[in-house]
Amino acid sequence: MVDAPVTSNQAPAPKTNRIGLTLADYKGAPSTLCDGCGHDAITAQIIKACYELGVEPHKVAKLSGIGCSSKTPAYFLSRAHGFNAVHGRMPSVATGVSMANRDLTLLAVSGDGDTASIGLGQFCHIIRRNVPMIYIVENNGVYGLTKGQFSATADFGSKSKSGVMNELSSIDLCSLAIELGATFVGRSFAGDPKQLVALIKAAVSHRGTAILDVISPCVTFNNHEGSTKSYKYAKESEIPLHDLGFVPFFEQLTIEMEPGTIQEVEFHDGSKIILKKLDKNYDPTNKLSAMNTLQKAIAEKQFLTGLLYVDEKKEDFTTIMDLVDEPLATLSAEQTRPGKEVLEEIMNSLK
Amino acid sequence: MKTLAANSAQKTEQGRIINDFSIQVATVNGSGSQSSNNVLMRAIFQMGIPVSGKNLFPSNIAGLPTWFTIRVNKDGWVARKREIDILIAMNPQTSVEDVKSLPPGAICISPIELHLDSVRSDIKHYQVPFAELATQTTENIKLRKLLTNMVYVGVVGHLIELDFEEVKKAISRQFEGKTKAIDLNIAAVTKGREWAAQNLKKEDPYYVQADDKTQGKIIIDGNAASALGAMFAGVTVVTWYPITPSSSVCETLTDYMHQYRLDKKTGKATYAIIQAEDELAALGMAIGAGWAGARSMTSTSGPGISLMSEFTGLGYFAEIPTVIFDIQRVGPSTGLPTRTSQADLLSTYQLSHGDTKHIVLLPGTVEECYSMAVNAFNLAEKFQTPVFVLSDLDLGMNNWMSDPFKYPDTPIDRGKVLTASDLERLGKFERYKDIDGDGIPYRTLPGTNHALAAYFTRGSGHNEKAAYTERSDDYKNLMDRLNKKYQTARKYIPKPSMVSDKTAKIGIIAYGSSHFAITESQSQLKTEANIATSYLRIKALPFTEELKQFIQTHERIYVIEQNRDAQLRSLITLELPEFATKLRSVLHYDGLPIDARSITEEIKSQER
Ligand SMILES: Cc1ncc(C[n+]2csc(CCOP(=O)(O)OP(=O)(O)O)c2C)c(N)n1
Ligand code: SF4
Ligand SMILES: [Mg+2]
Repeated sequence: MVDAPVTSNQAPAPKTNRIGLTLADYKGAPSTLCDGCGHDAITAQIIKACYELGVEPHKVAKLSGIGCSSKTPAYFLSRAHGFNAVHGRMPSVATGVSMANRDLTLLAVSGDGDTASIGLGQFCHIIRRNVPMIYIVENNGVYGLTKGQFSATADFGSKSKSGVMNELSSIDLCSLAIELGATFVGRSFAGDPKQLVALIKAAVSHRGTAILDVISPCVTFNNHEGSTKSYKYAKESEIPLHDLGFVPFFEQLTIEMEPGTIQEVEFHDGSKIILKKLDKNYDPTNKLSAMNTLQKAIAEKQFLTGLLYVDEKKEDFTTIMDLVDEPLATLSAEQTRPGKEVLEEIMNSLK
Repeated sequence: MKTLAANSAQKTEQGRIINDFSIQVATVNGSGSQSSNNVLMRAIFQMGIPVSGKNLFPSNIAGLPTWFTIRVNKDGWVARKREIDILIAMNPQTSVEDVKSLPPGAICISPIELHLDSVRSDIKHYQVPFAELATQTTENIKLRKLLTNMVYVGVVGHLIELDFEEVKKAISRQFEGKTKAIDLNIAAVTKGREWAAQNLKKEDPYYVQADDKTQGKIIIDGNAASALGAMFAGVTVVTWYPITPSSSVCETLTDYMHQYRLDKKTGKATYAIIQAEDELAALGMAIGAGWAGARSMTSTSGPGISLMSEFTGLGYFAEIPTVIFDIQRVGPSTGLPTRTSQADLLSTYQLSHGDTKHIVLLPGTVEECYSMAVNAFNLAEKFQTPVFVLSDLDLGMNNWMSDPFKYPDTPIDRGKVLTASDLERLGKFERYKDIDGDGIPYRTLPGTNHALAAYFTRGSGHNEKAAYTERSDDYKNLMDRLNKKYQTARKYIPKPSMVSDKTAKIGIIAYGSSHFAITESQSQLKTEANIATSYLRIKALPFTEELKQFIQTHERIYVIEQNRDAQLRSLITLELPEFATKLRSVLHYDGLPIDARSITEEIKSQER
């Protein structure tokens, strides 16, 4: 860097992205969550991913349900409209938003309580419809906001803060999503920012419902010895399926690697995710092997992360609905109110 | 015949009762009698005689009893008539009871093998070998059952002198384009007519005679009318979950939209209709769409409206427009899914926890199902809130005669929405601030390309800038503004209709589908007991000032409604407690549509 003469006491102009915005432009209100909460770490990666991709904030709709996790859309992208729905019902609101304005990028955050208990039905149906959206589950195994009750993703045998053992088996959102026909399923960890940011970027580039189940420790109620959703446990047991690199459509660089060690997945906008194989040979475009790998991991109590499954071919809901190109929200009265002659024709048919 | 005294109607000189009787067809559901009943009703309508049809059906697909009642009335009374004049008793399961419930002097057309003449002798029996006649019409056993129904159209048609040409026309219309079906059905009717002509001696007073009272009129059910209203309101996102009796709103809408709302150039849809996974999701989708700027709606009944409670509160509190049709059925719980009531008034008015109150439109005719649907979308966007249209099964699923609907005469009102250029000009935007003093704030839509546009929507406490707050003053401020907005709405919602009789000491207040029974009852009260009445029909909640004036100017008020708990009367009492002692109730809640006779008897007895 060349030293510029100091003409004022102003700091140097901050770096900007491809649309001229700074990282700060992607931030939101200050977080009111507990210090060290995993959710804040995920918020940071959402901000980073959107900044680096040059996402236009006004074209984003932020959505969430209810919970500590669902509060986070207030903490990123303050230039985007946000909607904090009711507990467990964010997916239906998202479906409506998507139908009203197909030009919006839907960026949704939910919790494990919000998604795997009260909202399990809507979670299933948004996947079934393949509504284009990014759906991040900030999974801490407890209900943070109501003070630490077990959620349905708490692992069997996991201990609560007061020492009570969870005796029910957990719902694995990723296997469920794949089973239901999800077109993008990833799992990550709030303490693995490099992988997380790549997965968020890939999710943004995907056309369809992108499910990201992110282990996000609750430092207040579920970060103790005996918890399987603590920072320590997750850090020690995380097994990444691959090293992830994301190449956005506007940065077409080639990566030199030994043949056979990488796999590329290209998204509809031309962006690519590069999967560098680790010891396992994992193909995220093969549904059967994805299911097998996950089932095995559940049986062996392994914490696998990475891009678990991706299908770029299935039609998304706006395509299935065969909507006009323009957002329904802004169609003119001429386009939405049929003429007098139509009413007359109908009336005559009823005479 | 001595025993054949007319039930109640006036006879002409020859002892004929012309264009004033009711026909009830008792069949089994799933037997295909619907088309025959439609043909019968249509043919009478085409002769220029006012007619209405009511389907009393079970919550079942096949094999349970169902009754279809056609009321023919030259004066245009189209409410349900309690007494049946002509019974077509096709259902062996219920025939004995059906016959027993007839008034003396009624007539009964039945299959000969049922021997219904042994049940009662004070009515006129016409016994017909239906099975044999149907067999003569077709070899096909499956068709035979269906065609039996057309045979009774022929028999009854002969007896009442129904114009055969009109029957043929009605059949062609019913089976549009299917020549084979048309021919077969006409043959079956002909069979019935010919057999009746040769074998039956007319011994009853009921006749139809061509008139000109249905010229230019349409026949439609309220749900189809609501669907039309939604389409002409410019609805863009429709969500629903199947439930009787509301399903046909969205099913009919789907057909109309597919025909009239595909983009002319691309053939793509200018709308989305989604069958949701349940009613929670249905309303969630409608609210999401409304928030993002679509004209959205959902439609439901009974259990569905209960499930919509939480989202309705969100819509009210976060100020999101959407339209909710509630086609009322009988509750509580699953209740009687295929019977009618007006018992959702209070619960819908205040749906959801906390201090909530909603704009509720109360259509009383199929025309209002249409025009209020159009209006509901404007009100929802003007007031940025969920608006309910409270119809019911009787209005929604039965066929009613009406004048043709008028094209909306007001433009679509999208309410206070700020665009990027508005924001640029204003230089400031606070989502929940009352700028105009009417309690209605301004909103922006997601996607608006301006640095000031974005705001955060939440069902938790929020201040004027839409920021999270738990402060007492912010909360009170918000609740008071919402109330102010609600008070403003009183000036914009439909006013009651009022028909005053200057001599009347008695006022009637009612709403919704009770309308036709009430006007008929008013006439009965006047002619039979010289009781003059004025009538105020509430068309929306909250109340407007006309209500108070009406109550003030009458000595006694009868509030007539189709529920057990006098829900409208309770609401009036709450809002105008000073008049509580003036109010009396006429309540009808047996699941059947209210009828004039019941009202008349009840008022007469209370007036005694
Ligand atoms: C209908 C309803 N029931 C219960 C609640 C109370 N509630 C608020 S948040 C929450 C659980 C949130 O858990 P999770 O989604 O895991 O979020 P976290 O706080 O753990 O991030 C519950 C039960 C509610 N808001 N709404
Ligand atoms: S309670 Fe748990 S989940 Fe909620 S903010 Fe605190 S650490 Fe995060
Ligand atoms: Mg949680």
